Amino acid sequence: MNNLLAQLLEEEKVILTDGATGTQLFKLGLESGDPPEPWNVDYPERILSMHRGYIQAGSRLILTNSFGGTSFRLKLHNMQDRVYELNKAAAEVARIAADEVDHLVIVAGSIGPTGEILQPMGQMSYEEAVAAFAEQARGLTDGGADALWIETLSDLNEVKAAIEGCRSVSTLPICAAMTFDTKGRTMMGVTPHEAVEKLTGWGVFALGANCGNGPDEIESVIDTMHQIMPEAILIAKSNAGIPQWINNELIYDGTPAVMAEYAQRVRALGASIIGGCCGSAPEHIEAMGEALRQPFDPALAVEARGFKVEPSAEASSSGRRRRRRR
Amino acid sequence: MSDEELEDDEEIILSEMSDEEIIELMFDDLYDGYAEEIEEEVHELLGRSWEPYDVLTKGLVGGMEVVGRDFRDGILFVPEVLMAAKAMKAGMAILRPLLAETGAPKIGTMVIGTVKGDIHDIGKNLVSMMMEGAGFEVVDLGINNDVDKYLSAIDEYNPEILGMSALLTTTMPYMRVVIDALKTKGIRDDITVLVGGAPLNEAFAEDIEADAYCRDAAVAVETAKKFMQIRQQA
Repeated sequence: MNNLLAQLLEEEKVILTDGATGTQLFKLGLESGDPPEPWNVDYPERILSMHRGYIQAGSRLILTNSFGGTSFRLKLHNMQDRVYELNKAAAEVARIAADEVDHLVIVAGSIGPTGEILQPMGQMSYEEAVAAFAEQARGLTDGGADALWIETLSDLNEVKAAIEGCRSVSTLPICAAMTFDTKGRTMMGVTPHEAVEKLTGWGVFALGANCGNGPDEIESVIDTMHQIMPEAILIAKSNAGIPQWINNELIYDGTPAVMAEYAQRVRALGASIIGGCCGSAPEHIEAMGEALRQPFDPALAVEARGFKVEPSAEASSSGRRRRRRR
Repeated sequence: MSDEELEDDEEIILSEMSDEEIIELMFDDLYDGYAEEIEEEVHELLGRSWEPYDVLTKGLVGGMEVVGRDFRDGILFVPEVLMAAKAMKAGMAILRPLLAETGAPKIGTMVIGTVKGDIHDIGKNLVSMMMEGAGFEVVDLGINNDVDKYLSAIDEYNPEILGMSALLTTTMPYMRVVIDALKTKGIRDDITVLVGGAPLNEAFAEDIEADAYCRDAAVAVETAKKFMQIRQQA
């Protein structure tokens, strides 16, 4: 397997990714409630301009516009039959942007959550999830992605299904980032500790955290993961702070300066693939790139901000003693 | 009490337990998401001539309050709450027809749905189930609701509370569209609008003129109850 991501990481030591897709597409005219994925076919020039903006700002890894590209998500818009087409188009348009510059830019195929809950809590079977992710991964791989990028998931079993789906159709390296937005854990109760152990066990190339409630939260996740598994390649892709709604416009309170400081801090704490998520625009990425060119300051790593789950925290289901019968 | 003190295979014979012990057991079984056990306990209490309304409020609602509190405090997470809600629903399924027969008091009615363009319903389902667990009648519109769907449900069910949910930054602005439509129709003041979802916060709720932002399902229930009290006093 020709792992361009490994090659770039070897050369650069730290890889700067891109920022938000959804909030950027709003600026280009996406209407609230409409899916972004058909734009890969209907308005490829807009998607291309978004990718170009990030590459010009210094992104060396860009994510395809395919976050909601599983059949489970597209079904809402009656596009469940277009999974392969829309994902392939997403990779193709990102490929164009990546190939028109003379340095290496990685195209990572974005794979978001299905939005469903796995059985027995929910309706989706594990097999259905694997099949849905496989179909998406096939489109992204055939469209020319260099890596597959599972992100914003909160359930470890769904991540496992996504990895299995990817592997069933593709030999590309896999990255997986989860969202730790609930008191230091994911919505489904997964601790950074559990995530780093499982995900490295499943052999992903890189793993980490994305989205959530801003930089502080991700700092402590990265810190925990790095301490438990110093050799793991860690991803930090934080939202630009918290969304505010001001004068009918969505504004994130994380300025480029805030994100620049965050970039330095997560690098010091052990992340090597660094970028932004919701609310981060090319100007944030540019400031982060500038910051990452500054010399490494180990003093920044002294203490991570944000809520931290004790590594010894019990499994979430044992919060209260229980009485058995039968 | 620790697990060691209680053997795993300790026999529990419902008929030999006091009412209080059964309620306590219901709290445990809801907490652990044991649907079949909850059904047995509901039947046992009904068999002892309990009013269905008392089984609901003292058993299910009381037990779900514990679940809600631990969810709010970060002791339980979504999977455990979903299992608890499933057990609660199993008990509700027995009680619902009986409650209708006996004309038991209703706390209030809520219409709830995820906004247009948004498929995410995990949080919304939690709110829906916890509200039901708190004794509300809940009309769940599911996902992807446009203004017309909200309005016709409000027409039909005349709820005191409207709940809207969104998980995406691309869909949350739609809540404003719905609230504006309520104003245009002149019914904004008749209904309490609660909003929730990961990208939201209080400032957003204020800006779109919702009545409250609810951080999670437990907070939604507390907030809904508070607004019902205010309405009753008015």
